[in-house]
Amino acid sequence: MDSASSTGLEWTRPHLLGLQELSAAEILLLLDQAAEFKRLHGAGETKLDLLKGVTVGNLFFEPSTRTRTSFSLAAKRLSADTVDFSSSGSSLSKGETFVDTARNIEAMGVTQMVVRHSSSGAPHLLATHLAAGIVNAGDGTHEHPTQGLLDLMTIREHRGGFQGLTVALVGDILHSRVARSNIWGLTKLGAKVVVCGPATLIPPYIEQLGVRVSYDLDEIVGEVDVINLLRIQAERQRSAFFPSIYEYAHFFGMNGDRIRRARHDVLILAPGPINRGVELTPEVADGPHSVILDQVTNGLFVRMASLYLLHRVSQRGARLAAR
Amino acid sequence: MSTVLLRNGRIIDPASGRDERGDLLLRDGVIAAQGHETVDQEIDCSGLIVCPGFIDLHVAVRDPGYEEDETTASATSAALAGGFTTIAALPDTDPPVDNSAAAAYVALQAERAGNCRVLPLGAVTKDRLGNELADLGQLARAGAVGFSDAKSPIASAEIMRRALQYARMFDRPILTHPLDPTLSAEGVMHEGAVSTVLGLRGIPAAAEDIIAGRDVALAELTGGHVHLMTVTTRHAVDQVRRAKAAGLHVTCDVTPHHLALTDDSLQTYSSAYKVMPPLRSREHVDALIAGLKEGVIDAISSDHRPWAAEKKDVELDRAPFGIVGLETLLPIIEESLIAPGHLNWLQLLEKLTVGPARILRKALGTLAEGAVADVTVFDPEARWTIEPRLFRSKSRNSPFAGGSVRGRIRYTLVEGAVRFQQS
Repeated sequence: MDSASSTGLEWTRPHLLGLQELSAAEILLLLDQAAEFKRLHGAGETKLDLLKGVTVGNLFFEPSTRTRTSFSLAAKRLSADTVDFSSSGSSLSKGETFVDTARNIEAMGVTQMVVRHSSSGAPHLLATHLAAGIVNAGDGTHEHPTQGLLDLMTIREHRGGFQGLTVALVGDILHSRVARSNIWGLTKLGAKVVVCGPATLIPPYIEQLGVRVSYDLDEIVGEVDVINLLRIQAERQRSAFFPSIYEYAHFFGMNGDRIRRARHDVLILAPGPINRGVELTPEVADGPHSVILDQVTNGLFVRMASLYLLHRVSQRGARLAAR
Repeated sequence: MSTVLLRNGRIIDPASGRDERGDLLLRDGVIAAQGHETVDQEIDCSGLIVCPGFIDLHVAVRDPGYEEDETTASATSAALAGGFTTIAALPDTDPPVDNSAAAAYVALQAERAGNCRVLPLGAVTKDRLGNELADLGQLARAGAVGFSDAKSPIASAEIMRRALQYARMFDRPILTHPLDPTLSAEGVMHEGAVSTVLGLRGIPAAAEDIIAGRDVALAELTGGHVHLMTVTTRHAVDQVRRAKAAGLHVTCDVTPHHLALTDDSLQTYSSAYKVMPPLRSREHVDALIAGLKEGVIDAISSDHRPWAAEKKDVELDRAPFGIVGLETLLPIIEESLIAPGHLNWLQLLEKLTVGPARILRKALGTLAEGAVADVTVFDPEARWTIEPRLFRSKSRNSPFAGGSVRGRIRYTLVEGAVRFQQS
């Protein structure tokens, strides 16, 4: 069960805030641990007692179904207790700040906190105010590290590695925390990344992150190994970034025609929830290239790995403090 | 009769170009000629710089309406500790200073506090909404030294034009916050590579460039005096440079934090770095320094903007913009401008004394004989650590907390009386 990978590296971080600050070796450590949990699960070990007696808090200050469920199940698979707190920003209207809310939950004995928040950097703020280990479950338009990891895990399962691969991130890059986590993870592991979408949804200076920019999906569709179709995030757009959904789907939607011009072994990923008929047609979503449900499955194991590795760091810290 | 002798200091008076070692005699609140009389108080200024009291063009005093952030008493006490003998108070209070009664209240509060001079700035528009002109004439009569809508942009060029025309009658400047509100909407920080990485909504430099250009054009159209508060972009500095070359009445200022910090600071997601206009990237900071060296930039302002901790210490995109700056201005600009050799003390102190005094048309900021004896004495070599808990300001929102710095105010004298002393 020891997660020290072939590199001999050990996980030492108290928080998982983003993939930007991780080394390639640390990312591989997480992926290896997730793969190990998946193997155990396949062997019938569906419930492990690694986090027995630990309480994990799921703090969702922004609506989420999939990620919250996945983290909750991941904690339960490790035998942790969970407390769930859900609130959209406005229901903190009793005047309590978000930090105070988290402090109160921490005072109930929560030592690991999974945080989703609409403000970029909110988990970083908690990390400076709380003793608990923080897992970023998506902060504003910044990062969504476990989504990035599950995308990496899914690609690795199908392709064995990342060297020589070209991955296209298509759609709303500007408002996408998934895009940023994918860019950091993929480029660190040796893949090439091309971001593709309407010019209004490509953030300024994105090339400085080591990616290529394309405004034409048809131009790149035949050359890439993986296409990750990001969601159009209407809720984060202050005004229209493109003329119409119809026009968006016409230029950037993945449909049957485009999939036939793609490589025969192209992988189609989507972080979901998907807007069928916008980012991709049902033919693509449910077709042979789609690994969308693999992503969901792997998400569970990636989150188990994150909670487990952070827990071991806090245990080590407690042992050191006791000495 | 009361006399104070500031003995053996390095006397720097940018208004006259004076920079020499010597004594300065203050008699009955004014700068006096050297006599041979016995003095009431003698202060040894060996190793210290003696200069006119600093003048800040725009300070958010927050009183009335936001006394949890700052009061006139705490703001003026902080001002003295920072070497300021005069501050111009922004009108973004509640109620705003858009009428003569409100301006009178500012003066009354300053008198009660009894610390430094407070000059009211009147609002340009009613309620600072940018729609209709405030009572500019009556505000001027009640003591407003200029007009400003503080950090609310005046979106309408037509309103800005009328304000400039009207304020000319009273020979008052319009202090503007050059920012296009549509381009900067919901922005949190400078738009650039860092904002992209952090996933924070950007405020492009163009948002400032556009309104700076517009206001320069309106200065030409009206003959009015446009003062651009807190310029932060390369092109805004260019606009002022060209305006001055064309003989227009356009002036501007910068803040210490925009010289000392860049947008990289936001990597921490700390709201201490969230300020309006935002901290810009290196190329813009370099342009500000060039503008200071050339004399394009007339003044340095702390742009002091206090926020109670419960308001500021929240998620970055929900936190208000602003930094407290009165008490840390000297060491920060010493580090940014003197230490690298960009300016000498005579040049730097001009931006804090006669520079802002000219913009406000006040006979302050000079050590000429007969001038008001507002004097600041500081030790340019003294090292200290910035500890916000010791601030006289009620608020602690400083990005320089914990910083080990050089340059400390020793005495601040208003009308010949020592109002602040730091041993």
